[in-house]
Amino acid sequence: MKVKMLSRNPDNYVRETKLDLQRVPRNYDPALHPFEVPREYIRALNATKLERVFAKPFLASLDGHRDGVNCLAKHPEKLATVLSGACDGEVRIWNLTQRNCIRTIQAHEGFVRGICTRFCGTSFFTVGDDKTVKQWKMDGPGYGDEEEPLHTILGKTFLLGSCASDRNIVLYDMRQATPLKKVILDMRTNTICWNPMEAFIFTAANEDYNLYTFDMRALDTPVMVHMDHVSAVLDVDYSPTGKEFVSASFDKSIRIFPVDKSRSREVYHTKRMQHVICVKWTSDSKYIMCGSDEMNIRLWKANASEKLGVLTSREKAAKDYNQKLKEKFQHYPHIKRIARHRHLPKSIYSQIQEQRIMKEARRRKEVNRIKHSKPGSVPLVSEKKKHVVAVVK
Amino acid sequence: MTANRLAESLLALSQQEELADLPKDYLLSESEDEGDNDGERKHQKLLEAISSLDGKNRRKLAERSEASLKVSEFNVSSEGSGEKLVLADLLEPVKTSSSLATVKKQLSRVKSKKTVELPLNKEEIERIHREVAFNKTAQVLSKWDPVVLKNRQAEQLVFPLEKEEPAIAPIEHVLSGWKARTPLEQEIFNLLHKNKQPVTDPLLTPVEKASLRAMSLEEAKMRRAELQRARALQSYYEAKARREKKIKSKKYHKVVKKGKAKKALKEFEQLRKVNPAAALEELEKIEKARMMERMSLKHQNSGKWAKSKAIMAKYDLEARQAMQEQLSKNKELTQKLQVASESEEEEGGTEDVEELLVPDVVNEVQMNADGPNPWMLRSCTSDTKEAATQEDPEQLPELEAHGVSESEGEERPVAEEEILLREFEERRSLRKRSELSQDAEPAGSQETKDSGSQEVLSELRVLSQKLKENHQSRKQKASSEGTIPQVQREEPAPEEEEPLLLQRPERVQTLEELEELGKEECFQNKELPRPVLEGQQSERTPNNRPDAPKEKKKKEQMIDLQNLLTTQSPSVKSLAVPTIEELLSLVSSQEDEEERNHRQMIKEAFAGDDVIRDFLKEKREAVEASKPKDVDLTLPGWGEWGGVGLKPSAKKRRRFLIKAPEGPPRKDKNLPNVIINEKRNIHAAAHQVRVLPYPFTHHWQFERTIQTPIGSTWNTQRAFQKLTTPKVVTKPGHIINPIKAEDVGYRSSSRSDLSVIQRNPKRITTRHKKQLKKCSVD
Repeated sequence: MKVKMLSRNPDNYVRETKLDLQRVPRNYDPALHPFEVPREYIRALNATKLERVFAKPFLASLDGHRDGVNCLAKHPEKLATVLSGACDGEVRIWNLTQRNCIRTIQAHEGFVRGICTRFCGTSFFTVGDDKTVKQWKMDGPGYGDEEEPLHTILGKTFLLGSCASDRNIVLYDMRQATPLKKVILDMRTNTICWNPMEAFIFTAANEDYNLYTFDMRALDTPVMVHMDHVSAVLDVDYSPTGKEFVSASFDKSIRIFPVDKSRSREVYHTKRMQHVICVKWTSDSKYIMCGSDEMNIRLWKANASEKLGVLTSREKAAKDYNQKLKEKFQHYPHIKRIARHRHLPKSIYSQIQEQRIMKEARRRKEVNRIKHSKPGSVPLVSEKKKHVVAVVK
Repeated sequence: MTANRLAESLLALSQQEELADLPKDYLLSESEDEGDNDGERKHQKLLEAISSLDGKNRRKLAERSEASLKVSEFNVSSEGSGEKLVLADLLEPVKTSSSLATVKKQLSRVKSKKTVELPLNKEEIERIHREVAFNKTAQVLSKWDPVVLKNRQAEQLVFPLEKEEPAIAPIEHVLSGWKARTPLEQEIFNLLHKNKQPVTDPLLTPVEKASLRAMSLEEAKMRRAELQRARALQSYYEAKARREKKIKSKKYHKVVKKGKAKKALKEFEQLRKVNPAAALEELEKIEKARMMERMSLKHQNSGKWAKSKAIMAKYDLEARQAMQEQLSKNKELTQKLQVASESEEEEGGTEDVEELLVPDVVNEVQMNADGPNPWMLRSCTSDTKEAATQEDPEQLPELEAHGVSESEGEERPVAEEEILLREFEERRSLRKRSELSQDAEPAGSQETKDSGSQEVLSELRVLSQKLKENHQSRKQKASSEGTIPQVQREEPAPEEEEPLLLQRPERVQTLEELEELGKEECFQNKELPRPVLEGQQSERTPNNRPDAPKEKKKKEQMIDLQNLLTTQSPSVKSLAVPTIEELLSLVSSQEDEEERNHRQMIKEAFAGDDVIRDFLKEKREAVEASKPKDVDLTLPGWGEWGGVGLKPSAKKRRRFLIKAPEGPPRKDKNLPNVIINEKRNIHAAAHQVRVLPYPFTHHWQFERTIQTPIGSTWNTQRAFQKLTTPKVVTKPGHIINPIKAEDVGYRSSSRSDLSVIQRNPKRITTRHKKQLKKCSVD
């Protein structure tokens, strides 16, 4: 007699703890799961829509300055601490988690032109219009002490940056005490920022509404020209991951650019935000701060639709899956349209239209000139090379 | 030295420069002079100059226009000679005078020396420096290339790149730099000072420090671990006690108590062996307990409870039992303990035990063997269980008592046993009879059993006697060793003591027969309790224990096999065999009916629908719609009468009808079940990619990427996770530091080269420059 028995391994259907998910046996036979592409397409469409629905990047506004915020600095070791210098010479230290000001110093008379922290985070330096450089302790003064700088350097220009105002960018090597090279662009460069993950790449924010990413070894051609702003770009800061950077512009908006794209992926603006003078990307790469003319510092999410707080593993998996779907179907017109849609203030929108027309006219003229002149006599200059006037050795 | 030489060379250089520069000056001055003098010559010169301009003959004529008043060595002009002034020319006039030998020598020495090349001007030097520095920096920077490239191409980057260790500063460090400033703080500190609380070193008080010094860390740890363990054990013990206390079963408590008593006894025996003095003390204790018992009337059925039980005892078996139990307990407690056990007296005890043991085994076996009916079997066994529950508590103490008993207790238990057994037999037989009648099975043997129950008992007794005799000699030896082995041997006995005495058709008289019984039973019985077998084994082979287990195992195996085969078959046969065909037919008919019903239901539900016809109609319409239509250009009333009810003539219609060209054959012409829409659907177009996106070079690449699904619906969990890994992962709240030189393994070694160049910048000459240019080109 033959005895047949059903035998099942409990490992296959019993979960280890009560908190585990129930094991669901799956059959991956493709015949049972038809219409892969249409289903995934719909999922991608939904994900894209939801991304737009949940895109609420504005987090907080820190008010307290009595004049436009001229410069920002991050604390090198504390994520929550931010320093800001205003146009009236006031320096404030903020706590981002509590969203309040923890310390106020009247540092200079006139503008605070620059502010930077020491690498260890124990003190910071400010440069003012009153021709002084002051060093301050990061922690507040003790009980009964007065707010005083540690050191004051008078009457000296203290060169911290390496870009100059006469349309050029100069590179220095601190060890050699000689400038290395100089690029002259069409218009003045306001700020440069080095890519934190790629040592030889830097991006310059220019007055001609564009940003230029350079490889410092080959300055005659920028690696990428980033254009989307409709007014002078005043500040630029890299994400600590080195994959993106944020730029602040005179056109009352900030934009986020991927390093390898010439167009921005995101634009942030509010009705009340005026000319944005300075912008910083926090060191955990999750937030962006910008200081603007109307005395406020604003805190934004770097990824507009990202959920804040702790994610469960299922949420994380869903997020990753949606992200991948969006990437996969990004070229589909419907999805592309939804993903690209942004609301813009009327002024920026109309300026964009205007500039598009101008640009088109210029291009047309150039094409006509080439067409009607002796072949070869009018060279075709690429967009990248157009903006570099000269490289001085 | 080097400095001197440098200075010399510089001097020489400056002289040369002067030499080179001077002629120009001279010329200038000359021209000035000319302006003052005659215009004629000037004119001529101009003409010459003009003539020389157009022609190729630009050579200037050597002309000494005017002898200057003072001829100096500086005013010597080489103009017009077409060649440079050579030192030899100067030396010629000197040759004649020998007095100038020293000068000659000097000059010759100058001649032998090489001229130093011109140093570059400052701007140029700086430019070269910049270029060198730039090249060096660029070279140094290109060391980052592999890292950057790797990061750019990485499948996934997890930031922060390097794992940071959480730096925990000890509280002393944190607080050491802190001082009390405000009045409130100072007040608090004063208080702390007063109480000798630590302030500066804020962790430990002096007492704590001393204690810390007293014990090393490891010791402290060990101690703590010990304490923890003890605490844990205590808690376990408490929990266990609580749990046990909660158990309501009286039987359980009785068993526990008994167990305890047994244990105590065992310990006492051991103690007696090891430490006679302590054993004596123990004995005294027992004696005392006995005295107390004798004094008190606790277990003499004189209490309230006992009286109530006594009333109940007439009708209730349990009450009777309880009373007896109590009495036995009293007896047990009041028994006098004897330290040294006599072999003879003990024999009596063992005898009883044997008597009890063997019959039980036999009975049970017999009972099990005789039941061909599985239903009956179960009832029997349940009976046995019941009986066991009833009997056990009573018998156990007796057994214990027997283990150490004297001869006086010998008769009583036996009598008691007999009474009880008889009662049970009666009850059992009654029940059995009723069952048998229900089952309608021939139970002649059982009836005979009933009548001969007494007989059987007596026979059993005989049998046990025999057994006892067989083993007597051995037993004596064993008993002489001490009471412990006996007690051990008796332990299994109470369990085996199933009072199923009467259920067996024939007698078993010898050991061999008993064995055979066991075997038979193995073949027939499914519910053979293992203890019985063990009991047999223990009875039969108390000496050769080692080989016993093997046999046991074999037997058990056999039982299992037989169980499977035999026990199931009767029940199955009795039920299933006669009815199987009927059942099958029944089931099939039922199924048919159901199916029919189902179909009927569906038909009713979709009564109006004829899907196939609808589809065909739809297809026909689609075909019609897709056919190109003729264009009718007839104008009614043109060239003929028109009006209501008048139609244009057929001829005219034919003439003005433009026939549409035949389109290509439809793709679904030969596919009856398909409609293929050959028109481009505008609604679908919104969801289709029109241009091949950038990174793809061919449309099939793109299509392939789209067609491979990434969802968990189509992929295994692992594959899904792999497919959806994000490119960049950042952790909230973690600072991402910029990439460092140390990460690349690069240190600024090239710095020394640069610094060398900086230290003596003057050394760079045109030759260097050329080299550098080469470098930069490379």
